[in-house]
Amino acid sequence: MKQLLILSGKGGTGKTTIASAFIKLSGAKVYADCDVDAPNLHLLMVQQDVPQIFDYYALPKAKIDSDKCIECDRCRQNCKFDAIFQNEFYFVDEFACEGCGVCELVCPVSAITFHQASAGDLILYKNDKRVFSTAQLKMGSGTSGKLVTEVKKQMQTAAINTEFAIIDGSPGIGCPVIASLSGVDMVLIVAEPSLSGISDMERIIKTAKQFKTKIAVCVNKFDTNYENTNLIEQFCQEKNISFVGKIPFDHLVVKAVNNGQTIVDIECLAGRAVIAVYERLITLFNKYNNKGESRND
Amino acid sequence: MKIIIPVNEKNLQTQICNSFGRAPFFFVFDSETKDSLFLDNHAVNSTGGAGIKAAQTMVDNKANVVITFSCGENAANVLKAADIQLYKAMNASLEKNIEAYFTSNLSLLDEIHAGLHLHGN
Amino acid sequence: MKSMQDCIFTVINNMKIAILSGKGGTGKTLLAVNLAAVAPSAVYLDCDVEEPNGHLFFKPIMIEEEDVKVEIPQVDNEKCDGCRQCIDFCRFNALVYIIDRLLIFKDICHSCGGCMIVCPQKALTSKAKVVGKIRKGTSNQVTVYSGILNIGEASGVPIIKKLLTNSKTKETKLTFIDCPPGSACVVMESIKDADYCILVAEPTIFGSHNLNMVYELVKVFDKPFGVVLNKCFDGENPSEKFCLEKDIKILGKIPFDQDLGVLNSNGNIVALANKKYYDLFNTILEQVTMEVSHEATINS
Repeated sequence: MKQLLILSGKGGTGKTTIASAFIKLSGAKVYADCDVDAPNLHLLMVQQDVPQIFDYYALPKAKIDSDKCIECDRCRQNCKFDAIFQNEFYFVDEFACEGCGVCELVCPVSAITFHQASAGDLILYKNDKRVFSTAQLKMGSGTSGKLVTEVKKQMQTAAINTEFAIIDGSPGIGCPVIASLSGVDMVLIVAEPSLSGISDMERIIKTAKQFKTKIAVCVNKFDTNYENTNLIEQFCQEKNISFVGKIPFDHLVVKAVNNGQTIVDIECLAGRAVIAVYERLITLFNKYNNKGESRND
Repeated sequence: MKIIIPVNEKNLQTQICNSFGRAPFFFVFDSETKDSLFLDNHAVNSTGGAGIKAAQTMVDNKANVVITFSCGENAANVLKAADIQLYKAMNASLEKNIEAYFTSNLSLLDEIHAGLHLHGN
Repeated sequence: MKSMQDCIFTVINNMKIAILSGKGGTGKTLLAVNLAAVAPSAVYLDCDVEEPNGHLFFKPIMIEEEDVKVEIPQVDNEKCDGCRQCIDFCRFNALVYIIDRLLIFKDICHSCGGCMIVCPQKALTSKAKVVGKIRKGTSNQVTVYSGILNIGEASGVPIIKKLLTNSKTKETKLTFIDCPPGSACVVMESIKDADYCILVAEPTIFGSHNLNMVYELVKVFDKPFGVVLNKCFDGENPSEKFCLEKDIKILGKIPFDQDLGVLNSNGNIVALANKKYYDLFNTILEQVTMEVSHEATINS
């Protein structure tokens, strides 16, 4: 299965808006939302059927039995995550607890045990028309790399004989982004022509380069700053990164999004520009795959 | 010599698992005694470092060769340090992969991916 | 009006105001930077350590830099007898024993210290690993703190912790905390010590959907909060609708404004570039200070 991932570094640049347009244009039957902290793809790729929902468990969390606890304070002193507090009783802050087991190790009276707690939901929409894999992380959960991996694995398992999948990624450069990059054939980075946007784009490119995956860049809302857009194009030329096009700012995008539509479902300037970006990207994608430089499944 | 292969099910017709660290089972074959068995992979439930834990299992079971589709960087480093050779699996049954190894029809796995880098969170 | 404002500033002088949004790109940094810039004297903390941007606007000078380190184990293979208790203990699978030595995977290690406690031979001791840095500088009357996570590192939590600890011990001014997007653990870490939270939302269904998430978050943490609506234009605003439904205080509205957008995208602090924007953010700041001082008196 060949995978196209859409990232940005900075939030709010238009990943989901563009990913949803690509899904419509390509007729892709398999897609995933790896922004498990704040998933939005389902708001545009509106689903008619009911999904399967599975509990997602991260590491078990510590729990102190106050009947056994002798308040020696060893657990609190040894906890490197500031997860143990003393009010009336000693207790564990489940949001801060990383499940390392040190408290259980040092407790002289075995007052500490570990229990599974759901850290989110893994969600799968599947019928003979399409497979859509997504998730919702429970708030306060740790960096969500494993859940992202589960979303991708769920997608791959449910869509065994499919050749092409589109993945909507998350902002940032940390664990969830790294997990989403693994095994992907090509990354499209959606850049915003602002100083912040350029700074963030550079950091996400550095992160993606660690994976030896093919990288392409496009600029969204390019007409909000022509100078910065030019800087981005120059940067891509210098670094030998494929620049696949620019999309203008368009008020109609907000209207479409708020109606649960993708920008290629309506007639608008941004939609037309996205089609051009898509065509350039797919040509590149096919060229790259035909060269035999593809990843193995 | 001992060959270990990550598989999806406990039978010889099963497919090779596309993940090393999170394969449900490992098939262990001793070419001298011709003994074989299926091991449960305890790394499958790890939130992070599954590949490393699975590689430790290879070391502990005295593997000489591992046949797999893919392997992450960290796991590959462990196997290399233990002088365990990595071969690339074929899209075929377990039985056929073993045959292929012994008829020198498998090649070394040289595409090591950067790993899922799951940090247990 | 001026002296009342001065009084209010005295009341909220030590306060920490966190600015967050469920979704990225809604205007957290725009708001945090500009509120800090119009306040008489303030601290700005950039807790978005994966993609820090505040310093691009403030361009701070007199920079002091400090590495942020975590502790990871190192092994004395002479003392190690291969008992593997450390491997059995480690829930993160960061340790492996091959033939006659222990291998440690620094990138997987969570720095819990457990293996060092468990080792009967005391063969494991700690050493420091740098995961990022924090920088402190000044920009007019604003003290600017930035945290930066090194590429490839998984979690920004240690950096945020250091940012908050450093500013708490050294600063006693009104503090604006620019939080990371979302509602995961890095966000929770950033708002832990906040006295008040401002939620920023944009007028799309993405915005309102994610506003709901951070709304739940601040409620769990029992933080007083209000909302600032950004990029407002005529027409339906799903985020405003959400606030009205849940009876959430709207502290202010920033209109969609192309000129503001251009200034901001060029790294300018818009409030300092144009009186119109100065007044806009000053009004929001006045509203915020009234709300915060009101909360402070309720809780005292």
